[in-house]
Amino acid sequence: MAKKWNLIVDVARCDNCRLCFLAVKDEYVGNDFPGYSAAQPAVGQHKWLDIRRKERGAYPLVQARFMPVMCNHCDDAPCIKAATDGAVRKRPDGIVIIDPEKSKGQKKIAAACPYGAIYWNEEKQIPQAWTFDAHLLDQGWTRTRAEQACPLGVFRTIRVEDGEMMRIQAEEGLEVLRPELGTRPRVFYKNLHLMTTCFVGGTVVRHSDGVEECAAGVEVVLKQDGREVGRATTDTFGEFMIDGLEPGSSGYHLDLTGPSGRFSTRFDLGDESPYLGVLPLAAG
Amino acid sequence: MNLSILLWGIPQAMRVAARVYPDYAERLKERDVVAQIKLRDEPEVGRWIKLDNGRISTGKGIHANPDIAVVFKNEALAKSFLTPPFDQMERIDAAKNFKILLEGPDDLAIWFLATLSRLESVYWKAGTDMGNGVTRYTNGTNGGPLFVYVKDGKIIRTTPIDFTDEDEGTWSITARGRTFSPPRRMTLAAHGACQKSMVYSKDRLLYPMKRVDFDPDGERNPQNRGISEFERISWNEALDIVASEIRRAKAVGPGAIAVDHGSHHQWGNLGHYLCAFNRFWNLIGVTKLMHSPDSWEGWFWGAMHHWGNSARLGCPEFYGTVEDCLKEAEMIVFWSSDPDSTYGFEGTQRREWARELGIKMVHIDPFLNHTAAHLGGKWIAPRPQTDAALAQALCHVWITEGLYDKDFVDDKTTGFDQWKAYILGESDGIAKTPEWQEAETGVPARDVRALAREWGTKKTYLGAGSWGAGVGGACRGPTGMQWARMMAILGAMQGHGRPGYNFGNLQFGTPIDHNFYFPGYAEGGFSGDLAFSANSANNYQRMPHIVTMSTVRQSIPRMWFPEAITQGKSFGYITDVTTVQSQFFPFGYPSPGHVPVEMLYKYGSQLFGTMVGGNRWARAYQHPSLKFIVNQSVWHEGETPFSDIILPACTVFEKWDIGETFNCGPGYVHHFYTMNNHRVITMQHKCIEPLGESKSDYDIFAAVSAKLGLGAVYTEGGTSELDWVKRVFDSSDMARHVSWRQFLKKGYWVVPAEKEQARVPLANNWYYEGRKKDTPDPYPLPSDYTGEYLKGLQTPSGKFEFVPTTLGRIDDPDRPPLNQYMPTYENPERNPELEAFPLKLQTAHTRYAYHVMGDSTDSSLADIREHRVCKGGHYYLVARISSEDAEARGIRDDDLIRLWNRRGSVVCAAQVTGRLRPGTVSAYSGSAQYRPVGEPGRSTDLGGCVNMLNTKEPITKKGHGMKPNSVLIQVEKWTGADDWQPTAETV
Ligand code: SF4
Ligand code: SF4
Repeated sequence: MAKKWNLIVDVARCDNCRLCFLAVKDEYVGNDFPGYSAAQPAVGQHKWLDIRRKERGAYPLVQARFMPVMCNHCDDAPCIKAATDGAVRKRPDGIVIIDPEKSKGQKKIAAACPYGAIYWNEEKQIPQAWTFDAHLLDQGWTRTRAEQACPLGVFRTIRVEDGEMMRIQAEEGLEVLRPELGTRPRVFYKNLHLMTTCFVGGTVVRHSDGVEECAAGVEVVLKQDGREVGRATTDTFGEFMIDGLEPGSSGYHLDLTGPSGRFSTRFDLGDESPYLGVLPLAAG
Repeated sequence: MNLSILLWGIPQAMRVAARVYPDYAERLKERDVVAQIKLRDEPEVGRWIKLDNGRISTGKGIHANPDIAVVFKNEALAKSFLTPPFDQMERIDAAKNFKILLEGPDDLAIWFLATLSRLESVYWKAGTDMGNGVTRYTNGTNGGPLFVYVKDGKIIRTTPIDFTDEDEGTWSITARGRTFSPPRRMTLAAHGACQKSMVYSKDRLLYPMKRVDFDPDGERNPQNRGISEFERISWNEALDIVASEIRRAKAVGPGAIAVDHGSHHQWGNLGHYLCAFNRFWNLIGVTKLMHSPDSWEGWFWGAMHHWGNSARLGCPEFYGTVEDCLKEAEMIVFWSSDPDSTYGFEGTQRREWARELGIKMVHIDPFLNHTAAHLGGKWIAPRPQTDAALAQALCHVWITEGLYDKDFVDDKTTGFDQWKAYILGESDGIAKTPEWQEAETGVPARDVRALAREWGTKKTYLGAGSWGAGVGGACRGPTGMQWARMMAILGAMQGHGRPGYNFGNLQFGTPIDHNFYFPGYAEGGFSGDLAFSANSANNYQRMPHIVTMSTVRQSIPRMWFPEAITQGKSFGYITDVTTVQSQFFPFGYPSPGHVPVEMLYKYGSQLFGTMVGGNRWARAYQHPSLKFIVNQSVWHEGETPFSDIILPACTVFEKWDIGETFNCGPGYVHHFYTMNNHRVITMQHKCIEPLGESKSDYDIFAAVSAKLGLGAVYTEGGTSELDWVKRVFDSSDMARHVSWRQFLKKGYWVVPAEKEQARVPLANNWYYEGRKKDTPDPYPLPSDYTGEYLKGLQTPSGKFEFVPTTLGRIDDPDRPPLNQYMPTYENPERNPELEAFPLKLQTAHTRYAYHVMGDSTDSSLADIREHRVCKGGHYYLVARISSEDAEARGIRDDDLIRLWNRRGSVVCAAQVTGRLRPGTVSAYSGSAQYRPVGEPGRSTDLGGCVNMLNTKEPITKKGHGMKPNSVLIQVEKWTGADDWQPTAETV
């Protein structure tokens, strides 16, 4: 079996420094790579590699997460099917190339990508997407510009056989974007739940001699329909967070137990991660 | 060797060079000249060389009619001068003491000398051949060093520098059973990574230009600055106008010419304003715009009085703190501290280590800033500028619960009893309890108690300000002095310098070699400026060059330049870091014996975006008393059209320079490079030819100098930029490790790591332990010690002073000796006239751009949605607004919103977020663009100059520091119709 390129992206490490984004701009703006890509327009919001942002929670318990997104180099790529004249091709090494000549005028290629990864170049009338830096890999580079630029090790560019990639995917719990589409992306994400699931958080307080104090070390148990789905202990500031809940799920019951009292509440989830506010422990 | 043979050899060498190097042959065609070389004491001895359209002829003896002459005092000097290796010291001595003279037209003489000096440099090879016609060069930016790939005269790619096996220099730290070693590469900041787009930006100034309605001999129409168009003119025309205006203004009297540069310049020791610019203006004599330490204000005017550290602008030292923090600390408190913004991301890598070690993190900031969002931990969000109250409540818990370092406080500090009495409310009847602060800060008392107890029982690093040891954030605001003073006080109460207790957030203080000498840019390059740079520290001895000095003694505080122009006077305090009390020295404009300014020479910068109350500048620039304004810049920025003549400078990629990544030098944050994991010195290759007709700053100043007969003095006899680079190289310790030719080819060099035993001692540990000062810091100066040299701090008592003696020596109600809490920020409850403005604006340092650098309209940064958002073809600066405040105003993500008060009105793109304390708006100061919808200075700005909204009032009446934070504003959706009008303060 042939060795193919794959990209692994760790969402937990990204801090939106944008160096990957700028490296992709640096590489493609103003440079034609015949057979691979025509130059990206200098201005005009082409974001062949973009960073998606997601905030979870609400003031004052809030998280911001970021994630690079780009052409997934799908093995079953809708853009290939939409193209005529073989304008989009799958290379044996897994990389999908939109031919900058043959694709001229084919707006339907851009429309076909369910990930919005293709940008339309108005001036040249061609669809364009991130080429996996194929022109560099073909020259012997072993990683992409984005990986080289990233200070935090978000990216891993690896060339392995598909079976090996499946093993890595299972071992590291990697996910792909919108698997339900069946496009079989070659870009894999680690810790994607930080973008897609909800957490519940709160601040637990206790009172001693009428003075409000943060309640540290309180056991927090979260149950859904009577079954335990999460557990945490409050920190020095009485805060807790239980992560990984499905948006829109319901029937939650939260129990707090500490030396100075208990508290319990019920809630259902919407799309956002709820901050339950200040939760006072009551004796008994 | 015989002199006549040496002289004969010169034209021979020129012929050979011209044969081998077409560039040199081309250069010989540039000018026709008959040059005579002769001796003063033997008038018949010499040789002449004639260039006629590149053809060389020569003869022994004396030419009847030479254009220029190089006259040596005697044969011995001439021989020594012409025999390699050349002794730079001897050359400077000869020039300084008139042992060698130049005769003839200045520009021709220096052209000829430069042509001779190229006989050496023409053989040098720069860059690495990568095959396929690609050459890899190196360069340096304010955001770090780069590889620059060039093909067919065009930059095709810039990348960070990855080290190879031949590069030495990586250290490791073993902490709690784990060993950490940084990646073997340099990391860029975003404003370094966008540079290719900046080089080819359509905002580049490519030709000299003149405002169409500016006529130096007739109507000048100053009122149309910023409004009228510009037309292209030739360099010669532009230089003639500039030179004749300099002559005209000089004739008016001392100080008639004012010059100003940005706070920063493009990277490089030679092109920096402290070098090329200062050298030129020292030869002219000018009124300087005195900058305040505007990223340090509270530390400089406030904290410094408690502990000295004047040369660090009042901030604490940071030596060895990365290792100590990783080994010892259990918690890091980031207080108004967002190092992930602006400064590059090697610190981020180190903070990941801290997280892996389980060190707890607390972030105090009304905005869950980028560092906080990434690292996680407890977020405490006080109301803007109330932080000092929170800090005092921490002291209250520590004192009442006995959670401070009593031994240190007893032995190493003064004034604690008075401080304690204040905190407990014994002196003013108000105990500074957690409940007391809650009313002020909005932070629950329970959180303050929990934090105080944690801090008082766990080894804690205080990361105060962006760097953890100063800069940015809360120090720049109306209570900035109180806050920075509180940071110093918190440090003292916890035994500052004890292992595990120090200032820092892992951004500074890596264990790299602090003794290896390479000059920082603040050493002034070849400026020869001993007065306004750190030149005298090392550079002046190590790189022989000629001293320069301005004879004009007039200054204007930069932030009140508009008032100086429109009202004819202003007043400020000297920014002098040599000692604590020098900040008490006032100066006035106009100065005695000097004349008012009537010509302004701007060098880069875009004050609309960076100065408080920016609308004032439009009035000043259009004022009739300013008869002439030159703007020398690389890019067309908001301020550029407010001028009469525009001179196009080129980027660092188009000229020669040299610099070490983040090495600034004494007085400008000494050992700044400890922010890096490695010390890397880069050749700043001339990667491509200057675009259009742009020229390097040095070449522009050299050209103006030549028009004024100062060319030989300015260039030290025709020294080219590349020759200066070589002289800097020779002056540094690098020359002992690597050859010039190797360095010029490869382009960078990594300073080797030192043995662990040789590492720099921990900051302030010498004071904590009672040793003599053993950190590699030239300050305090010997005369500043009241006791034994190197014993104690730079305070009158030599100890940390809770109630500073130096503040007792002036009468300044804004900074009483006892650091009482004073809520001096704008507050509708105290200022009912501000009721219409319910939101507090935070204008921190930018995250992606560097002040205005990198913010050109088609910089690749423009497509970053957290920086600018494109609407209708224009990129609007992002302003963050809390979900609650946005909802109340019907504002959604990316909506255009207007931020306004009586000083200004600015349209931004909204980013609705839960990361802000409700009632707070955050937008970064540093827009490169200024786009008034109507009359400049009197209408709404679409460019994003949010500093317009900040007050011009000083942080203290006895200082001219700014306080650009937490002013009150209103926010509404932008309708496109502008009816905003400034009120009196603006004009
Ligand atoms: S992500 Fe879009 S453009 Fe890329 S291969 Fe898949 S369908 Fe095609
Ligand atoms: S370079 Fe790395 S950390 Fe920075 S935005 Fe890109 S993926 Fe995130």
